[in-house]
Amino acid sequence: MAAKDDPKLVLYSYWQSSCSWRVRLALNLKGISYEYKAVNLLKGEQFTPEFEKLNPLHFVPVLVDGDVVISDSYAILMYLEEKYPQRPLLPSNPQHKALNLQVASIVSSSIQPLHMLSTLKYLEEKVGPQEQLLFAETNVEKGFHALEKLLKDIVGKYATGDEVHMADVFMAPQIAMATKRFKIDMSKFPSLSRIYESLKALPEFLESSPEEQPDAVM
Amino acid sequence: MVHQHEHEQAQQQNKLKLYSYWRSSCSCRIRMALNLKSLEYQYIPVNLLKGEQFSPEFQKLNPIGYVPVLVDGDVVISDSFAIFMYLEEKYPQIPLFPSDIAKKALNIQAANIVCSSIQPLQNATVLKYIEAKVGPDERIPWAKFHIEKGFEALEKLLKDRAGRYATGDEVSMADVFLAPQLHYGTKRFNVDMAKFPLLTRLNGAYSELSEFRKAMPENQPDAPLA
Repeated sequence: MAAKDDPKLVLYSYWQSSCSWRVRLALNLKGISYEYKAVNLLKGEQFTPEFEKLNPLHFVPVLVDGDVVISDSYAILMYLEEKYPQRPLLPSNPQHKALNLQVASIVSSSIQPLHMLSTLKYLEEKVGPQEQLLFAETNVEKGFHALEKLLKDIVGKYATGDEVHMADVFMAPQIAMATKRFKIDMSKFPSLSRIYESLKALPEFLESSPEEQPDAVM
Repeated sequence: MVHQHEHEQAQQQNKLKLYSYWRSSCSCRIRMALNLKSLEYQYIPVNLLKGEQFSPEFQKLNPIGYVPVLVDGDVVISDSFAIFMYLEEKYPQIPLFPSDIAKKALNIQAANIVCSSIQPLQNATVLKYIEAKVGPDERIPWAKFHIEKGFEALEKLLKDRAGRYATGDEVSMADVFLAPQLHYGTKRFNVDMAKFPLLTRLNGAYSELSEFRKAMPENQPDAPLA
């Protein structure tokens, strides 16, 4: 096993990127150390020739594991599950495993894309600043209503029971963003609130938070 | 001895059930996957336009009211990504993932470009919103913009990795997610496919696969008669 100060994994990340946050959280939960390489999206560092070689789509996060380079948080997380099966993030029960993947999809397909900066910037040109914010908030709430419905009979301390799983990894940054950036009224979502309170108490979650990253600007 | 009819009923009960809407590209992905894996299934239409996704029966299966939903005995799974992963694990005989772990990741990344960067930004709900807030003339440009942006990403991602199909010479997850998107959006939204030579070639390859053709919207039991 590699020494703690000699990680072989490298994660290209931006402190405020919720997709990067998912991967930081998963790496912490699995006890995998990694080297953090900041990509300043505001300064356009995703367009440098070096980064372009890693990910021609210019997105973070990107994981480098020896020769293997993987982009897209969902792809990275599934890779980590397979390559580093310690502390599994997917339950073995097929029904629960599928539920976790469904939650991950709801976050990554039905919520996050509709409030990410590039979408909102493009929308703002068409409908103005107030309306684009309303659009973002409406879609976050719609997604949260869906998650609340989906999880209410299965939620335990965490999303799908009493252990942290993939659903939590996707939901934690999403809920954090909803409360900080969009001021969503979480009292409408008791199960999600409960899950979030449990996750906030985890040191792995705190250490993965934007403010704790080397490139955080406070 | 079991009567023929009872035997057929038992067979029917053991069959996979797919709740699907003919036009749903998410449902199309799973129809393709099932065909590729030679898995028989019972097609149960859910008419989204008539609001059948809100019926008590369907709500019990999927409280969020989305298609597709797969029922396999006691197991009920929603969301095309989750269903796909389930099928890969439960029915591994015709794998839709390459064995190489890095190539597998590439497939998930490509599938996710469709699921997260394209489809949700040009689905019916978003287009209705754009029509209401900006105007009916904005529908097509909005959809075209997002589809082309995603297609540019896919073209870049796959250009050095594609073979006969998206990530090699075998049909895999990337193809299953890409094909419905190529079929669905391109004509309707005036997508300029000349900009995407690889995707154009792949689309041609997909049209020759009977498993894909059989899964296309117009060939479903609930498709309106032409």
